[in-house]
Amino acid sequence: MSTSKTFKLDGKTISFNDGDTIMDAALRAGEYIPHLCHNPEFTPHGSCRVCIVDVNGRQVSACTQPAMAGSEVDNASDNIMRQRRELLQMLFVEGNHICPACEKSGACQLQAVAYYTNMLSPHFTHFFPRRTVDASHPDTAIDFDRCILCELCVRASRDVDHKNVFAIDGRGINSHLVVNSPTGKLGDSSFAASDKAAHVCPVGAILPKHTGYDKPIGDRLYDRQPVSIVGDVAAHEQEQEH
Amino acid sequence: MAEKLKVATASLCGCFGCHMSILDIDERILDLVQVAEFDRSPITDIKTIGDCDIGIIEGGVANAENVEVLLEFRKHCKILIAMGACAINGGIPAMRNSFTLKECLEEAYVDGVGVDNPMIPQDKEIPMLLNKVHPIHEVVKVDHFLPGCPPSGDTIWTFLTELIEGKPIRFPYEQIHYD
Repeated sequence: MSTSKTFKLDGKTISFNDGDTIMDAALRAGEYIPHLCHNPEFTPHGSCRVCIVDVNGRQVSACTQPAMAGSEVDNASDNIMRQRRELLQMLFVEGNHICPACEKSGACQLQAVAYYTNMLSPHFTHFFPRRTVDASHPDTAIDFDRCILCELCVRASRDVDHKNVFAIDGRGINSHLVVNSPTGKLGDSSFAASDKAAHVCPVGAILPKHTGYDKPIGDRLYDRQPVSIVGDVAAHEQEQEH
Repeated sequence: MAEKLKVATASLCGCFGCHMSILDIDERILDLVQVAEFDRSPITDIKTIGDCDIGIIEGGVANAENVEVLLEFRKHCKILIAMGACAINGGIPAMRNSFTLKECLEEAYVDGVGVDNPMIPQDKEIPMLLNKVHPIHEVVKVDHFLPGCPPSGDTIWTFLTELIEGKPIRFPYEQIHYD
């Protein structure tokens, strides 16, 4: 690797390889850039925008922006953190995120990233959309209230499981997760709890059944340390289930 | 000695858990009453609010009385605080927002299991329910938010001491949670 291939992330020198995004290089260097729809195992999607950084005065999503030699990347200024917080507040009011009633609480990446950005309130007017729960599958439930449209399940089912169980239907504010089965129910699809798609949801939308509230408050994934140290939910999927 | 700060608290559509959490500051309440006195609050049982420095609201807005109390608090309090998940985003009571009010009332008073003499209550003494449960910032301006279900006694103590001392309000990581 050529030593000339570096950029500055909040003043720190970060090396990168050809084809790396800013996120790839930062993750390899152990630097945290807040994110929800990004998972290094999948093709970047750039939809949640939480990984917004400022590169030489332009705001881009770190997970899709190729690293550029000599660039200055701002990942931590008050301005960037405020914009992330506002994006998160919009995600919270757009769905129904009632944390005290969610079994993912404490091990939810949406919550953890919101804590990281010091989000104390949702600020905006709530949509309170009417959504449903799909409990038709014997091993896995979907609570559509909590879906943030990150498309990680869509990517996992398509690219790893080769089943195409999930897709996003509709446009704009009407975008929503749909299940590929004759009835639209998960129980009538080819989905299995062993699928990769069952293990990538960063929020409490796709949940394993029969295991809720196993971990006491205080021992959950993000109870003691922030997401910047703990890492993604998906990276801890194995230990979360046992 | 400077005049004591006046503090009022109210529980709207909440479970009183946040007020229990205020009591969880334990003996530190003795330090608090050195610098503050309670005006209208379930702790004093005073029913009307006077001019106050700090107003603390637990619970969301679910009926006409909640709206009235909230507006009174905003009018009389220099600083208004949304305490707990329900005040901040509607919380558990806002789960009824996934249904129409009619569906909720019929489930509880008409079609529910074990209902005797089915009838939806409509005494004029009972405050009218709103169609949806709302967080308080959708009704009045809120100055500070204190998340948690409930926020812990330590979180409340950190908040009150820093607010009263005029410091920037910063919490240790473990003191902020939405549940």
